[in-house]
Amino acid sequence: MTSTKQNWRSDEFDDDDMERSYSTQRTAIDLGLTILAFILLGVALLPLGLVIAFVIIRGGSRLNFDLFTGQIPAAGLEGGGIAPAIIGTLMVVGIAAAISIPFGVLAGIYLSEFSSGKIARWIRFFTNVLSGVPSIIMGLFAYGVVVLTTNTFSAFAGGFALAILMLPIVVRTTDESLQLVPPQVRWASTGVGASNFQTVLKIVLPAALGAILTGVTLAIARAAGETAPLIFTVLFSQFWPTGIWQPIPTLSVLVYNFAAVPYENQQELAWAASLILVLLILLTSISARIAARKSIY
Amino acid sequence: MPTHRKQQEEARDQHSVVDESEAVLRTENVKVTYGDTLALRDVSMDVPKNQVTALIGPSGCGKSTLLRCFNRLNDLIDGCKVEGKVFYRDKNLYSSKIDPVSVRRRIGMVFQKPNPFPKSIYDNITYGAKVNGFKGDMDELVEQSLQRAALWGEVKDKLKENGLSLSGGQQQRLCIARAIALKPEVVLMDEPCSSLDPVSTERVEDLIHELKEDYTIVIVTHNMHQATRVSDFTAFFNAEESDDGSRFGYLVEYDRTERVFEDPQEEATQKYVSGKFG
Ligand SMILES: Nc1ncnc2c1ncn2[C@@H]1O[C@H](COP(=O)(O)OP(=O)(O)O)[C@@H](O)[C@H]1O
Ligand SMILES: [Mg+2]
Repeated sequence: MTSTKQNWRSDEFDDDDMERSYSTQRTAIDLGLTILAFILLGVALLPLGLVIAFVIIRGGSRLNFDLFTGQIPAAGLEGGGIAPAIIGTLMVVGIAAAISIPFGVLAGIYLSEFSSGKIARWIRFFTNVLSGVPSIIMGLFAYGVVVLTTNTFSAFAGGFALAILMLPIVVRTTDESLQLVPPQVRWASTGVGASNFQTVLKIVLPAALGAILTGVTLAIARAAGETAPLIFTVLFSQFWPTGIWQPIPTLSVLVYNFAAVPYENQQELAWAASLILVLLILLTSISARIAARKSIY
Repeated sequence: MPTHRKQQEEARDQHSVVDESEAVLRTENVKVTYGDTLALRDVSMDVPKNQVTALIGPSGCGKSTLLRCFNRLNDLIDGCKVEGKVFYRDKNLYSSKIDPVSVRRRIGMVFQKPNPFPKSIYDNITYGAKVNGFKGDMDELVEQSLQRAALWGEVKDKLKENGLSLSGGQQQRLCIARAIALKPEVVLMDEPCSSLDPVSTERVEDLIHELKEDYTIVIVTHNMHQATRVSDFTAFFNAEESDDGSRFGYLVEYDRTERVFEDPQEEATQKYVSGKFG
């Protein structure tokens, strides 16, 4: 012990008068790395800025009242809008949400609150696998299960494909949000004589609601922009959607169909639709952030 | 382990410390294991009615574990197994006929870290009443409970605010109010002041003095001054290495608080209360 004490001297460090200096090696490296980090940040943000700027410049010219009310023009015609596609996207995403949210949230509750270790581990594993499956495979699956059995391309088939896409995200965010609620709060609830079920329903779930809502909204934003699973489930149409058992127009498929055709009017609409799609996703993401601010733990 | 045996024998003799008829809670050879690890063994003690009983001892000797046996909260911990008997009046809490949920209304609990529900102050009090099917006047219950917990004056104008917005000391008194709103017979407190400042601690200790008139209180504390200030009876626990090297807790001495602190019968107690270890 005495030997360490003897070695315990401070004169082995650089002598430093504690005043700020710009010449030492340490300060120079510090400054250099800070500048480098800034540049790299700029490079990373560049694509995002460019995409948004590009979409605004190309799509902005058609951003008018007609865009939101007009019908989708046939090839070679002038004017028109993308109203049916906006409604179509909302319909498909609505169907997807209606299917995936109840199942996903319940599965998440089961995982976090009622399952035992081993089963939960396997379910979590397969949920992760599911979220890694490429979206086109979801489309293929929906095609096989819904389109072939009902003999028609339909909004429902697309919603089903997107629902499977959203499901793992909803399950995982619910599971994770519930686990954020501290065990002490559950104990407190049990301690005043609440049953397990009451504790989950009245204490844990409300406390996690903000976080769950955030996850669900992000899942919706993700699904809204998907194209691949819709191409061979919802297909496309130029007309107003009148039901869920028929092909309908959607924003993403409209972009896919119109962006590379030789008609200028349709190309412009494709850009305008891209802009709306980006705005829609931006809006959902912002509302997700607002919901997140309400979360308690 | 002959010394250990001897201590057990004596601990059992100390049954007589509390008049049998006055005991509200009684344990008989309670042994608790977490998975394969023994945490606590051979605890036999009586908790007297309308008195404050303190559980003291070094960290990890199983004070919290024993406390959780009294309202079956150990049920929530995976792998926790309780053997032996825990009587509340004449009922064995661990018999299969007992519904743990109804045990917990009668035997309330205040935790180490204040843990109000993430709900309004008002709802923090009424939640337990609602899940237990309380049919009386909620407003009255809220006011009375908060008044008993010496919190009413501070919060009466903001009952709709979230319980988490209160200070630590206020949160803990809210948790006490929440526990006594259920009109329990016993209130278990697990180091209720360990995360509070001295002023809040004093308020909570005053509160414990007042509550004693109506409730039986079991309090875990690592603060020996607190034990002498608030308790009538004191149980000293210690931990010992078992053969496989893991530590388990056991009851060393149980007596009136003055006796434990002024005239302890065991050497370990003597050392602990005089601050020589732990
Ligand atoms: N939830 C738990 N899971 C596993 N072991 C536990 C758990 N809680 C406590 N223990 C073990 O039980 C022993 C007693 O712990 P505890 O009752 O918390 O002691 P104290 O409250 O006296 O500090 C310790 O060895 C601890 O590691
Ligand atoms: Mg403890």
